[in-house]
Amino acid sequence: MDTSTNNNHVQQILDEAGAPVIVFDKVQLAFDDKVVLRDLSFTLLKGHTKIILGASGSGKSTALKIITGLLKADAGVVWVNGQRVDQLSEEDMMAVRADLGMIFQEGALFDSLTVRENVGYKLYEETDMPLDEIDKRVEEVLGFIGLKEHIDKMPSELSGGQRRRVAIARAMAFKPRILLYDEATTGLDPITATTVDEEIIKLRDLENVSSIVVTHQLRDAFYVATHMAQREANGQVHVVRATPEKEREAEFIMLKDGLIIFEGDADALRASRDPYIQEFLT
Amino acid sequence: MLPLIERWLKHAALEVQEYVFLTRRAFHGIFTRPIYRHDIVEQFDLIGAGSLTVVLLSGLFTGAALASQSGLTLDQFGARPLVGRLVSASMIKELGPVLTALMLTGRIGSGIAAELGSMVVTDQIHALRALGTDPVRKLVVPRLLAGLFMAPVLTVISDFIGILGGWVVARFQLQVSSGLYWSSISKGLYMQDIWMGITKPFVFGFIIVTIACHVGLRTTGGTAGVGKSTTVSVVAGSVAVIAADFFVTQIFFALFY
Repeated sequence: MDTSTNNNHVQQILDEAGAPVIVFDKVQLAFDDKVVLRDLSFTLLKGHTKIILGASGSGKSTALKIITGLLKADAGVVWVNGQRVDQLSEEDMMAVRADLGMIFQEGALFDSLTVRENVGYKLYEETDMPLDEIDKRVEEVLGFIGLKEHIDKMPSELSGGQRRRVAIARAMAFKPRILLYDEATTGLDPITATTVDEEIIKLRDLENVSSIVVTHQLRDAFYVATHMAQREANGQVHVVRATPEKEREAEFIMLKDGLIIFEGDADALRASRDPYIQEFLT
Repeated sequence: MLPLIERWLKHAALEVQEYVFLTRRAFHGIFTRPIYRHDIVEQFDLIGAGSLTVVLLSGLFTGAALASQSGLTLDQFGARPLVGRLVSASMIKELGPVLTALMLTGRIGSGIAAELGSMVVTDQIHALRALGTDPVRKLVVPRLLAGLFMAPVLTVISDFIGILGGWVVARFQLQVSSGLYWSSISKGLYMQDIWMGITKPFVFGFIIVTIACHVGLRTTGGTAGVGKSTTVSVVAGSVAVIAADFFVTQIFFALFY
């Protein structure tokens, strides 16, 4: 089978509902003597949400950085959109990143650029898209997250919650099919955190974005898992309690010292008898 | 004691290896696409035009002080009319390139290390990579090009202003006539001196920028780490400039004099 036929075949599989878009297979990583990930394995299905919970230093953010190729695993295999990425060079990884958006802790906005330039960064710098189309797309995504009026502000003029939402807008501007959220709500007050959670839900349910949410904020983790977004006939979007079927599309992973100690849905997590999980949940 | 030395040697070897890798990637980035033209223009302006005032002032006062000091010494040999020759030779071959480079290390080296260091600790470098941008092409290449080409330009300006400062002192303090001052300059300068004065700033510009970028991009430890990187960049850059000055001088003496 030649490469183009093979690529078409992979694309066909990925186009199907419930296709595996990210696969972690026995991934290991250590920094000197400190083991961060030990045999980490999980699969993210298309349109689903994987919520990775764990205490600080348990390897949650590291897993996301391995997916985007910002870190290389010592052992194990990582697949993203049907492509094996654990051995890809930085240059080849750029093509994989075209379909991956990542929201960093604290937003990681470029502080010398305006909100417009931040959100449209990839389109302005890395594509040949006409400027007027980029501007239109930037305004569209800022409208989606409700920050259109802040388009010409600098990141330093925004509140913490607004910065996180601009980071989400930046990650979604180039329409990636996978979004990775690294502690997107940490340090935010509950009301602002809920606003960010609702953006995550809307992107998943209205834009069909597959997502991995890394957090240690239980409230936000359960909110994302147990709610869904609906667009009414008049075009208005509401976030409502998820149906049991929809709830099962959000899977929890609990990490402890680089190992998965739990994998399952919200109900199974609540029902777990594991002392560490019980302590974490309380 | 031995493990400590071993660890230090390993750390030093790693730093050198990473520095060489960064330099190689930066040179590769100069000749291959994508090229971030807007950033290159911005850095030429920041490093070139932005450093003009400090270079003008340091050049002017260095030339003036040199003329004043050497005038006294030359008097002991009855050679006061040769002050122009001494000022120009010192400025063009040595003081102009080195002082301009040290000024640039303080102004540009520290700025680059602090800026890139801050971007590292706030995950902006990771964000750049995640958005499909190579930080070396976007951040290092424009700064390297600006350093390589603006350091010689600034040095030539500094040389000229220094000689002009020397003329002011020679004319009004040492009472050497203007004709004598300028003619002693043209008689005392050789082509090799000019080449040495032009070559050195290319080397210095390269050293200052690559060290600052390397140190900045390897920042760890939050805001304290940024402060440390800034200091390391200035100290390492200054020492490297002075050491490189010695070696370039020796190479020129061996090949052209």
